[in-house]
Amino acid sequence: MSQQGYVAAPPYSQAQPGMGGYQGGFGAGPAQPLYGHYGGPPQTFNGPPTGMMKAPVSSAAGMPPPAAPSQYNPNVQQNGAHPQRYPPPAAPASYGQPLQSQYNNMAPAAPPPAQQLTNQMSTMNLGSYASGPMQSPPPPTNSVAQQPFQPAPPPAMGQPMMPPGPQSPHMSPIMSAPQSPQANMPMAGPPMAGPPMAGPPMAGPPMGGPPMSGMGRPFPAPLPPGPGGFQQPGPGPAGPTGYPQQAGQFGGHMAGPQPGMMGPQPGMMGPQPGAFPGSAGGLAGPPQKKLDPDSIPSTTQVIEDDQAKRGGQVYNTNIRGQVPPLVTTEFPIQDQGNASPRFIRCTTYSLPCTADLAKQCQVPLAAIIKPFASVPKNETPLYVVNHGETGPIRCNRCKAYMCPYMQFIDGGRRFQCGFCNCVNEVPAFYFQHLDHMGRRVDFYERPELSLGSYEFAATLDYCKNNKVQNPPAFLFMIDVSYNNVKSGLVKLICDELKTLLDNLPCEDGSESSAIKVGFVTYNKVLHFYNVKSALAQPQMMVVSDTAEMFVPLLDGFLVNYQESRAVIYNLLDQIPDMFAESNESETVFVPVIQAGVEAFKAAECSGKLFIFHSSMPTAEAPGKLKNRDDKKLVNTDKEKTLFQPQKGVYEQLSKECVAQGCCVDLFLFPSQYVDVATMADVPSHTGGSVYKYNNFQVETDGEHFLTDLRKDVQKSIGFDAIMRVRTSTGFRATEFFGAIHMNNTTDIEMAAVDCDKALTVEFKHDDTLSEETGAHMQCALLYTTINGQRRLRIHNLSLNCSLQLSELYKSCETDSLINFFAKSACRAILNQPLKNVREILVNQTAHMLSCYRKNCATPSAASQLILPDAMKVFPVYMNSLMKSAPLVGSTELSTDDRAHQRLSIMAMGVEDTQLLLYPRLTPLHNLDVGSEALPAPVRCSEERLSESGMFLLENGQSMFLWLGQASPPDIVQSLFNVPSLAHLQGNMSALPELDNPLSAKVRSIISGLMEKRPNSMKLQIVRQKDKPEMLFRQFLVEDKSLHGGASYMDFLCYVHREIRLLLT
Amino acid sequence: MATYQEFIQQNEDRDGVRFSWNLWPSSRLEATRLVVPVSCLFTPLKERPDLPPVQYEPVLCSRANCKAVLNPLCQVDFRAKIWACNFCFQRNPFPPSYAGISDVNQPAELMPQFSTIEYIVQRGPTAPLIFLYVVDTCLEEEDLQALKESLQMSLSLLPPNALVGLITFGRMVQVHELSCEGIAKSYVFRGTKDLTSKQIQEMLGLKPAATGQQGRPQAAQDAEATCKFLQPVHRVDMNLTDLLGELQRDPWPVPQGKRPLRSTGVALSVAVGLLEGTYPNTGARVMLFIGGPPTQGPGMVVGDELKLPIRSWHDIQKDNARHLKKATKYYEAMANRTAVNGHCIDIYACALDQSGLLEMKCLSNLTGGHIVMGDAFNTSLFKQTFQRVFSKDYNGDFRMAFGGVLEVKTSREVKVCGTIGPCVSLNAKGPSVSENEMGTGGTSQWKICGLNPSTTLAIFFEVVNQHNAPVPQGGRGVIQFVTQYQHSSTQRRIRVSTVARNWADAQTQIQHIESSFDQEAAAVIMARLGVFRAESEEGPDVLRWLDRQLIRLCQKFGQFNKDDPTSFKLSESLSLYPQFMFHLRRSPFLQVFNNSPDESSYYRHHFVRQDLTQSLIMVQPILYSYSFHGPPEPVLLDSSSILQDRILLMDTFFQLVIYHGETIAQWRKAGYQEMAEYENFKQLLLAPLDDAQEILQTRFPMPRYVDTEHGGSQARFLLSKVNPSQTHNNLYAWGQETGAPILTDDVSLQVFMDHLKKLAVSSSA
Repeated sequence: MSQQGYVAAPPYSQAQPGMGGYQGGFGAGPAQPLYGHYGGPPQTFNGPPTGMMKAPVSSAAGMPPPAAPSQYNPNVQQNGAHPQRYPPPAAPASYGQPLQSQYNNMAPAAPPPAQQLTNQMSTMNLGSYASGPMQSPPPPTNSVAQQPFQPAPPPAMGQPMMPPGPQSPHMSPIMSAPQSPQANMPMAGPPMAGPPMAGPPMAGPPMGGPPMSGMGRPFPAPLPPGPGGFQQPGPGPAGPTGYPQQAGQFGGHMAGPQPGMMGPQPGMMGPQPGAFPGSAGGLAGPPQKKLDPDSIPSTTQVIEDDQAKRGGQVYNTNIRGQVPPLVTTEFPIQDQGNASPRFIRCTTYSLPCTADLAKQCQVPLAAIIKPFASVPKNETPLYVVNHGETGPIRCNRCKAYMCPYMQFIDGGRRFQCGFCNCVNEVPAFYFQHLDHMGRRVDFYERPELSLGSYEFAATLDYCKNNKVQNPPAFLFMIDVSYNNVKSGLVKLICDELKTLLDNLPCEDGSESSAIKVGFVTYNKVLHFYNVKSALAQPQMMVVSDTAEMFVPLLDGFLVNYQESRAVIYNLLDQIPDMFAESNESETVFVPVIQAGVEAFKAAECSGKLFIFHSSMPTAEAPGKLKNRDDKKLVNTDKEKTLFQPQKGVYEQLSKECVAQGCCVDLFLFPSQYVDVATMADVPSHTGGSVYKYNNFQVETDGEHFLTDLRKDVQKSIGFDAIMRVRTSTGFRATEFFGAIHMNNTTDIEMAAVDCDKALTVEFKHDDTLSEETGAHMQCALLYTTINGQRRLRIHNLSLNCSLQLSELYKSCETDSLINFFAKSACRAILNQPLKNVREILVNQTAHMLSCYRKNCATPSAASQLILPDAMKVFPVYMNSLMKSAPLVGSTELSTDDRAHQRLSIMAMGVEDTQLLLYPRLTPLHNLDVGSEALPAPVRCSEERLSESGMFLLENGQSMFLWLGQASPPDIVQSLFNVPSLAHLQGNMSALPELDNPLSAKVRSIISGLMEKRPNSMKLQIVRQKDKPEMLFRQFLVEDKSLHGGASYMDFLCYVHREIRLLLT
Repeated sequence: MATYQEFIQQNEDRDGVRFSWNLWPSSRLEATRLVVPVSCLFTPLKERPDLPPVQYEPVLCSRANCKAVLNPLCQVDFRAKIWACNFCFQRNPFPPSYAGISDVNQPAELMPQFSTIEYIVQRGPTAPLIFLYVVDTCLEEEDLQALKESLQMSLSLLPPNALVGLITFGRMVQVHELSCEGIAKSYVFRGTKDLTSKQIQEMLGLKPAATGQQGRPQAAQDAEATCKFLQPVHRVDMNLTDLLGELQRDPWPVPQGKRPLRSTGVALSVAVGLLEGTYPNTGARVMLFIGGPPTQGPGMVVGDELKLPIRSWHDIQKDNARHLKKATKYYEAMANRTAVNGHCIDIYACALDQSGLLEMKCLSNLTGGHIVMGDAFNTSLFKQTFQRVFSKDYNGDFRMAFGGVLEVKTSREVKVCGTIGPCVSLNAKGPSVSENEMGTGGTSQWKICGLNPSTTLAIFFEVVNQHNAPVPQGGRGVIQFVTQYQHSSTQRRIRVSTVARNWADAQTQIQHIESSFDQEAAAVIMARLGVFRAESEEGPDVLRWLDRQLIRLCQKFGQFNKDDPTSFKLSESLSLYPQFMFHLRRSPFLQVFNNSPDESSYYRHHFVRQDLTQSLIMVQPILYSYSFHGPPEPVLLDSSSILQDRILLMDTFFQLVIYHGETIAQWRKAGYQEMAEYENFKQLLLAPLDDAQEILQTRFPMPRYVDTEHGGSQARFLLSKVNPSQTHNNLYAWGQETGAPILTDDVSLQVFMDHLKKLAVSSSA
């Protein structure tokens, strides 16, 4: 559905040049000077017309709108999930209400109100539908029909469904569905309902019930309700009535998603959103033994459902508090006043209005911000706004930047800040008349008024020392100690650099990269190279004063690659030979970083260090390390010391790096313990990454490493960044997690921030929030581009506020939640025994769920586990988190690996944590070679494997190709060119390139996945029952972990018990 | 008997020795009363083309604390094959190799004409000479270019097996590796950090094994293979030439209003540390080229703020020179270290402003290195001077020697008080060491790390015998100078000079003593004492001291009637002495007015090391006059010599001034010299130029060459030196028509002499 619209819609979406749609629309001729991008001529602009969906627009309905609707229309379509269905036009009337424009649309769409009234189901549909996006605001929905429901919303959320429950009051609440997820409900309704569903993000959870076709496998299965425990209503069965609770304990499956579904069984309601009776049941009565694993919520199913329901549809960000699709879902996004979920995701899109409520539910309120997230090609890059010499317009009091939440008043002469409510004068040059809606006439011409994300060109005031910044530099620092030379690594790096440097990132439109490059090699001493283009041969300068590092040269150290190519080639050719005879095996480390900082200081630029290092720095120099690995500490109160960096210079060094905008990326090639906790300390505070290749061998790990290196060098990045998250009154950011450094409590400093780095910000209440105005946040990131320009990147997001906990639960986002928990746990283990941390995690999980049960779910048997629809699979992630290397407390894992993973998690975005904690297990044995689509992943459990199967597992860090014992020889032959598994080489790290469709397909799947992930992964091929299979097994997160850690089922039962304890 | 003049000359020619007194008073009291101490100027390596070294080793007295060398003054019993040491009277058998000795078959060292003899030590392998260039890169482009060319040129002057090294510095210090292919390597040091020698060696990756004690040549050999920084010239001259060619100015930006950061202190420390670690006790020359003062790190002389000027004498007197003490201390410590290792440091400072020589002078003064001061490296003064460092003697050997140790042995009646010259004490106590120190004393051995044929030390002695037990008449006091050194051919050599002087009773033979007075030597020796004092005392005090000495001397030897100045007379042997003192008082060695501290240091540096002739020129410049009236003639250094129709050539050692009198200048301007009929005028103009060239050819360092005329601004060089007998004050009083009045308030020689006479005859003085 939407797709077409999407595609079609030239306006927003396509315009490639500038921001998508804008161009045409806003053309404001005049304006342009300011924004280059906006090129279009003014006239086009009519946009707002009719049915707009964007919030603001909605109000517009009445507007003057101008003319050319045409353009917009498309938009409209986009918004609506299904354009066609609800033709925009219809709507107008309804829009009276400003807020939810979307709703409006929907509304109309929705089946006749009447029906809805009568039939809850139907309502549900609506809700769900709407919800997609944001319904949250639902309350106000306009549609008449909905109104009735309104009440509902509150409580209900996840509850077990009340199906049809005709209107029983209670029920209705449950339904709240409208808003969100609940989606489940829907179905029932008459056919119509159908339509609605589609959209909602939530879809998944909701049980959609029934049987949806789509769902197929999943849950529904349970139909047969579980024996005892489960109530599962089974989808179908529950049928109409079934309602209440039980129905799907689990919410059934996700049914929700498919639009299609609805129609069908009305009955379905069964399922409630999250209700998960399951285990509970078990507990209660008979042992769970009987529990059918398929009856517990399945992540793969949830993902699949969401993809089916919302994938591919344009997601417009014009609605406050709208819950986006899952991170795993692919969908285009159109910025219409709120930052896209690629940039910001929240744990919940509906904040509790009061601190008490927040405390009561214990759901963390947090946002995961990935300020540099890459935007797909078909979406518009951020516009750059230039407000001239005075710099961006900001609120005088809170310094928030001009954004869609600023309200222009007084005929446009003043504006009221959406964050602190301060009234500011509008500078003369920025003055613009307001239209009769109180909106500036140039609304569409100015990204800062109409978009959620955009950039400002910063003035000198925003530059270090008020000086124009120099372009950043990349410094390659290669450990040339004996090991690295001998392993061939040095040669590998040098050879790769020759080609890699041709592909340095460059600003769009520029011929070559402005980034300067420099080279250092080191062992116990550092060697700097002068590669000035004028030289006939490079010059090497040795600095052995590691106690007080400095940079011995200025001119010729950081150079333009293109200009100095000949000298650099010469150098790179010589480096491996120069040290071929060296038998120096001691290295230094801190001085290496110091050298980088000093170099940037001398060149007055920011930049990034790529350090290729192999061993623990034991040479006499600052930051010398001692082996302090002690497996005996595992599972004791002192275990935390394994994660704590060694004290001393490292802390100070991080500060210096950040102050200079020196980001450190560390590539480690250890053959034994190297104290990653300490060595990675600097990278983890400077926005850097740590890559680790144990027992590196050029033949097997070379490509893996080079791929990482290439990605790392080429990814989009900003330097010397400082970020602040401003919020509207009533709440504020209190905790920050990420590869960041904080000098005070508000400014987040990052020497660099790239497209894969996310930071998680937790919010706390200061005061009561208003449901009416909602909550705004503005994340402003001041950084230096790769061209050396200073910019401010602004991301704005508005959230709903509600007095109803059910709203909150409905708007939750499991993936974001788990990201938050992962990061906070990873930080906590620095200071507390792991045992405590794990306990806290379980307790909080239980608490969140019990609170839901207590406040939002319909009453049901205590033995029934009821999960909020949006958090249906939360337990599996939580369990996986506790089994993750840093948290598991096993002596079998290397301390370095645990520390490494801990640090990686700190910088991860939602996608990464999701995948890490629930690896993707894809069956490859029954591939449809001809189809484009990837086979649907299966659950991460041994039970899903089959002896004759072949599975690909990847979690963003590792990738395995698992071959069942009974793999058909023909598959083996076509993939590996050997007659049987037994002939397989032990250490393969890549599939041979064979000319047959299966091989090609599998290889393309693998490379496609690698492409998508921030890191490259080494492909490990394991045969069932082979020793290496152990490695593979630890990623089957639904099973009991090899290193200790409960299976999903056990954990669920445990949590259920906890919940019950809490409830009683 | 020859005159004392001849005797003195002969002694100087043969032994390189000039004593202030050639008859010695027989008691300590008498000696003290002579005012000018018993002392000598000794030139250890005085060139002796007529003296081939002998190929064997000296025969030493077997007494452990004597070890005097067999010499012509020893009593020898040819039959018993025994010789008696003339210092300790130990009787020593001759070594077996002297078995054939007889009174007709004597070894050279017993012949009187070989009172100075040179032995070549055959033992042990020889180490090559080492030249380590330490180059400042904070220079103007043009200057750096000139310096680079000079350095490249110098490579061709070095002996092919000599080791060379290169250190460059600016903000950082770079030690260049010389033997690398494909890539130029260097080790870099921060310019602000004071590193110990051990740290430096570690950082340079030197094998600690090479750092040895007493010049173990073995270690040096190993080091040759391992030290990447010092390589034989013949092996690396291409490399080094390229390296020098690619040398760039210090790339670090120098902000407006700042001086470039110049890490001279650290650069030297690295150079010294490098040599210390690789070639201790091997002849090595650190050649420091600087274009300005050290501005950072240890040894910094002035900050990098241009608004704070470098210290002047005024600042120093006001105790306002912030870095002076610290820097001086730093360089002194380094100089001592260098001296211990037997290396020497040259300083080539070319800058228009001061470059910190005041603080750094000890580096050269204590190690026997050169100091050369010029305005720029791009001047012939520097270029030729530098070239002349590598000049060769009649044998084709470099006029330089290293690691010299001078030992002075005295017969019992005499003890040695100390020396003044480019050396350091080796703290060798012994029976011949006096407790009374003059100059560098308390030892009988000194180390002179770098020396050349003109290096001259003033050595002071003391007569030991008390007044009531004077030395018996007829005896002779004997002094033996033993100089061990590394010849530029890398041989180790020992030169021994043994001299003796008669004792005389001051009571009865005062006239003899007086006539044995060597007033030239005495003037230079007293001047050295004055300069030595000036280093530590206030200028006026030194002048007062000199005056008092002069007056006392006049009182002692003058003939006069009490309180009658007009009756005052000095004998011929003292007649010039007061005039030397007059000019000395006006010289830049004692007067700091109009000289920067660096200039004073520079002048003093040369003064305390040059031989007698050169020193006298420095004290009292030589003035030649050229005219149509006759051949060139030396004239009085007096304003009355400045005549309109003369050309004057003045040699002050540091400057060579050609001055054309007013008329000559006018003629020259009119171009008469171009006309055939005035060929003689042309000749006249050329004559001083030719003479000047002759001086320029031989002088080290190259003097500043000034060609000026009456009224020219550079005429000041002449006017400031001549005795101002005519000034604006007395021009008419003297009523002379000739000469040129000098605009000064300085007293003239005539006034000085009158005053001296008055004081000398005064009964109250």
